This record gives sequence, C-alpha cells and structure tokens, in this order.
Amino acid sequence: MSSSQEPRTDGQQTKVDGKRPEETQPPEIVLGEGAPEVIPESEIPEEVVPPEISARDAANWAKQISTLSVHDVSAEAVNKNVDGKRVNSPIQGFGKMWQKTYRVRLVGCDASPEEVIATWKENFPKFWPANNRFFGPLTGIAPGEVAVLNLALPGRLKLSTGVLVLYADEESFTLMTPQGHMFAGWITFSAFPKDGVPVAQAQVLMRANDPMYEVGLGLGGHKKEDVFWAHTLASLASHLGSEGEVETNVVCVDKKRQWSKAGNIWHNAAIRSGFYAMGAPGRAARRRFSP
Amino acid sequence: MAQRTLEMQVRKPHEGSAIVDVKGDITGASEDILMDAYNQAEGARAIILNFEGLDYMNSGGIGLLVTLLVRAKRQHQKIFAFGLTEHYRQIFELTRLDDAIGIYATEADAVAAVNS
Repeated sequence: MSSSQEPRTDGQQTKVDGKRPEETQPPEIVLGEGAPEVIPESEIPEEVVPPEISARDAANWAKQISTLSVHDVSAEAVNKNVDGKRVNSPIQGFGKMWQKTYRVRLVGCDASPEEVIATWKENFPKFWPANNRFFGPLTGIAPGEVAVLNLALPGRLKLSTGVLVLYADEESFTLMTPQGHMFAGWITFSAFPKDGVPVAQAQVLMRANDPMYEVGLGLGGHKKEDVFWAHTLASLASHLGSEGEVETNVVCVDKKRQWSKAGNIWHNAAIRSGFYAMGAPGRAARRRFSP
Repeated sequence: MAQRTLEMQVRKPHEGSAIVDVKGDITGASEDILMDAYNQAEGARAIILNFEGLDYMNSGGIGLLVTLLVRAKRQHQKIFAFGLTEHYRQIFELTRLDDAIGIYATEADAVAAVNS
C-alpha cells in the first residue's frame, strides 16, 4: 500500500490540478431522457471518489470509540461496570507491569493455526473455569464487539466487568479491559506452529488497575489468574483431542507502581459489584411489593 | 500466510534524539528488530519513531510498543512518533498509546517538540 493512498493526517487536503478540492468545480452532469443511469467511473470527478480503505489490517481492529457500550448480550448477564467505561492499556494502570504467557503444545492435533483460533473463538466461554461467565455478543468475537464478564470472587461474590475485542484476525484475537477491571491491559490469544506441532497461547500484558487490585494480586490473585488461563488452555487442548501440558512464563516488565493512577480505584468493579450485591435484598423486596 | 518483514534504520541527525525509520510490518515477532533499533538509539534523550513506512501492525505489535515505552521510561527517555496514517493514529488513540507517545504529523514537528 503506497502512502499516496492514505488519507492525509497533517490536516492538509490533497491538491487536484494545483487546486484544493473545494476550489475545483465538478463538471455539471445533466440527467435527461436517454441519459445513462450509471456514470462511468472514469467520468466521476477525482475529488468525490472516497479514499480507499487503507491498511491491510484495517478490518482487524476495533473502530475508534470513546466509551464502551454493550449490545445484544444475554439476559442472564449482570451487566454492570461496562457501559460508559473507557478501555485502559497498561499505560493507564497502577501496579507493576507483567507479561504472562501461557502456552500449550497441541500434540497429536493436526489443526492449522487458523482452525485452532476458529475453534477457540467459537467456544471461548466454554473453556473457562466453572463459575466464571463470558457473555459475548451474538455476533461472536469480532473487532469492536463488547462482552460482559461475570467472574467468581472469594465469598461467593460476582464481579461484573467487560472486555472490548480490540483486534481479531484468523490467527489471533485480543481482548482489552475497561476501567474498573482487575487489570489494565490486554490478552492476546494466538496459535502458531512450532517444531511441526500447533501451539496455542494466551499472553497477558497488564498492570493492576488500582491499589486494591494490586494488593489482591499479591495475595493470591496472580496465582488464581495463572490457574484460570492454564485451565482455559487445557480445556482448549482437550477439545482439540490433545493432552498437552500448559507452560507458564511470567516476566515483570516494570517494577514501578504508577501512583498517579491510584485514583483508578473510583471505577473499581469489585467494590461496585459488592455494593450492587448488597442491594439485592432491597431490589427483591421492591419487586415483590411493587404493584 | 504471507511473510511479514520489518526493517528499522536508526538516524541521529540531531543532537539528543534518534529517529527510527520503520518500514514493513510490526507484529509480536518483531521484538528482536525493535529492541535492536532501540539499543542503537542508546544515549538519545528522545526516540522518534517514523511510521511513514508502516504497512501492517497487529495487537502483538502494539504490545511491543508498550514494552519499548517502559524501557525508554526507565532510561528517562521520551518517545515521539510521526508519519502515522489516520488508521494507525486511531489505533494509537484507541489503545491509549497517545497518552504516552507524542504524535506529530511530520519529522520537523516531532524534532521541534523534542527541542521545545
């Protein structure tokens, strides 16, 4: 793709025959009896031809959005802490930055990376550990879609949060977390061949979103997350007829905490889900006694 | 699957800054090339990424840019970028990399920002 096909990013408009587009008058076209219904492309003035959709990856990325909005999600889902939230990259998180890689060699499976990813996308919620629910949109895992997560917390609490499908192609897909989620960052699921064997991988790049989550991760949260993704990969492998062992590799990318982001706790979905759960008896009573 | 290639060349036309010319595809497999370019830029207080030659980037590539950013921050270096098409500029905004990477239209603008 040559750069000449790209829209200008410097605020200047492309000149046509030495004139800016608004200075160039399109030829007058009069439709009358016998006039052709379709104007040949060669006769369409250059300045009214829309710019070609540019990059090869354009269809793989979510469109730019300012805040998340949930559509077409199951009525079973507790849809809280998602609508109106912004997504957070690791740059906006609070805690230490981690890169965690979970990988399983699909020994005995002859699926291509594309087939592994298609299976993973199609059955994504099924591979999760019990009591953790992923409510994806009916359209499936596609760029720009938003899913609701209801995750098990200690004390039978349910944490309600969500994810944005940031990127998806035939060999990988990436989920990005919103404000209030346990961590700020993304998880990339991919498949690739290695030494003649297909490998499935989940890679998390994250920081705890706020000080409370940072403490929680230190007190067993990291371990719980490791178990979560190991279970998911083992379930995928089993579904594909393999019994590969899940390898985990954890790297601390940045030991520093970003104290300027401590205020993220305002959006903490665990706290908000806790308050929501505490209000359940009141909501039930209102429903029972309302006319 | 098409073979994805990436070339990075490092220039130091101005004191204190290094310009990395990116040409090709940035994916999760680009780590060695990106970090090699970063190492060549050693000593610069600002690293300016020239994305005019960027053809393709996936989420793995964005992850590498975050890692690069962390490394640069540790060394008290700043990262700037120019030459992004509207498509990639929107991805930087969506992934909120633009919070940490100064984005400019041209090399001259980026260099001026480094020196300001």
